[in-house]
Amino acid sequence: MLELKNVTYQVTENNTSKNILDKMNLVIPDDKFIVITGPNGGGKSTLAKTIMGINPITEGQLIFDGQDITEKNITERAKLGISFAFQQPVHFKGIKVIDLLRLATGTNLSVAKACDYLSKVGLCAKEYIQREVNASLSGGELKRIEIATVLARGTKFSIFDEPEAGIDIWSFQNLIQVFENIRATIKGTVLIISHQERILNIADEIIVIENGKVKKQGPREEILPELLGTAAAINAGCSKLVPEEKKAEECDI
Amino acid sequence: MLDKIQLQLLTEIADLHGVPEGAYNIRANGEKAARNTTANIDIVTKTDGKSGIDVHVKPGTKNESVHIPVVLSESGIKETVYNDFYIGEGADVVIVAGCGIHNCGNQDSQHDGVHRFFVGKNAKIRYVEKHYGEGDAKSSGKRILNPVTEVYQEEGSYVDMEMVQIKGVDSTERVTKAELAAGATMIVHERLMTHGQQSATSIYEVALNGDGSSTDVISRSVAKDESQQVFEAAIVGNAVCNGHAECDAIIMDKAHVVAVPKLDARNVDAALIHEAAIGKIAGDQLIKLMSLGLTEAEAEEQIIGGFLR
Repeated sequence: MLELKNVTYQVTENNTSKNILDKMNLVIPDDKFIVITGPNGGGKSTLAKTIMGINPITEGQLIFDGQDITEKNITERAKLGISFAFQQPVHFKGIKVIDLLRLATGTNLSVAKACDYLSKVGLCAKEYIQREVNASLSGGELKRIEIATVLARGTKFSIFDEPEAGIDIWSFQNLIQVFENIRATIKGTVLIISHQERILNIADEIIVIENGKVKKQGPREEILPELLGTAAAINAGCSKLVPEEKKAEECDI
Repeated sequence: MLDKIQLQLLTEIADLHGVPEGAYNIRANGEKAARNTTANIDIVTKTDGKSGIDVHVKPGTKNESVHIPVVLSESGIKETVYNDFYIGEGADVVIVAGCGIHNCGNQDSQHDGVHRFFVGKNAKIRYVEKHYGEGDAKSSGKRILNPVTEVYQEEGSYVDMEMVQIKGVDSTERVTKAELAAGATMIVHERLMTHGQQSATSIYEVALNGDGSSTDVISRSVAKDESQQVFEAAIVGNAVCNGHAECDAIIMDKAHVVAVPKLDARNVDAALIHEAAIGKIAGDQLIKLMSLGLTEAEAEEQIIGGFLR
């Protein structure tokens, strides 16, 4: 279980300070598939980064499985079992896909095992395993590799920050299946930041974040109808679907 | 015979764990330590008064290799060596050079190698040159390497050069000059890491003289501590040709890196490109690897290791 107690993340710009997370209180239960949604700029990505330890909080407390992790750094939190898939995957010159998967598992992963993880995110493993994680890969390919690194870690708490962002609509169809598979096989908590109705549709629980606070939290059956009523979530989601060039033939899942 | 230190240096610079197969010439502390020739590759000591060797590769020689490592394990040796390579038409060989210096004394050790390659028509060579230095932190003797490489490529020839210098060499000034005839190709991959007070200068001048000639000069370097690096790449396009130079450097601590591009087109169909980028390790790269459970130091090591691969 992850608990945020009175968490504030403040930034200062042009001598005015703003609370991106504003005295947020939140309890995220174990072994649930949870989707966080809400308007852009509301603090969703900041919340995800705060859990991973990327943003040091201004005040408040984070409790993970009964342990206070407020002062723990990224590495320590990773070792305690928190993983994070970046919204914008990072490029590395010279580091290959297999290297990244090996670092993720912390083992000298076999090529066959590494290929399994890539297949799970819908990539033709053989074509990718020896490629460098750099700009020669398309946005969609990088995104899938990013997701694969989190799957490879297999931790008890996995965060995915807008997996649909930057992915074309065709790849997105496959990606939904990826998350449906994660949903079916997951051991542990999955926290996804998303605006997509199809992702919201497979949630156990939905959390709506707005103005740095939790606006709503509850089971999908209760929250989703309200959201669809406003249609805000879907519109926001559609604006994120950017067509991109398909650089390589991708296999079906 | 080679001693333990010299064998260790050999492992570092030539991946050799003993005496290599094929043709070789091992030079240790200014003297010939071992030599082997084959039916197709001859190595002879220069007779014109200069120190060095001539390596002759017969036309059509395929899948053979030449190792010419140099090791200096005594402090205070200064030498200039001239090695000439004559590669026969249509040959396809691998040449591994390199210099390892072990200096525990207080006098400077310096090896200046002048390598000239005469590459025949349609011949293909892969040339690997590794530099390595080691010694006590307490010793004040410097390890100095100043390699000069000249390459003369005939029509349709192909040269692939790999230049590696990872740590340990205090001062280096490398000059590489190449002249390419029609249809010739030269590829250079340089990898460099400096630390402490080291300084390294690398100057390339590639003249694309024949139609259809091309070159790709790629340098990746990491400068740590207070080290200094200068990279100069000049490509001269005298014909219908393609030239590309790329300098990519990671700068750390209080290092200083200079990249000087120079493109000189003297033909309307010369297509020349230069790319240079210098910057510190990106914060998001560190964060990503830390989120996989690596410490910051481990993440840095992985990023640099990949970059210099």
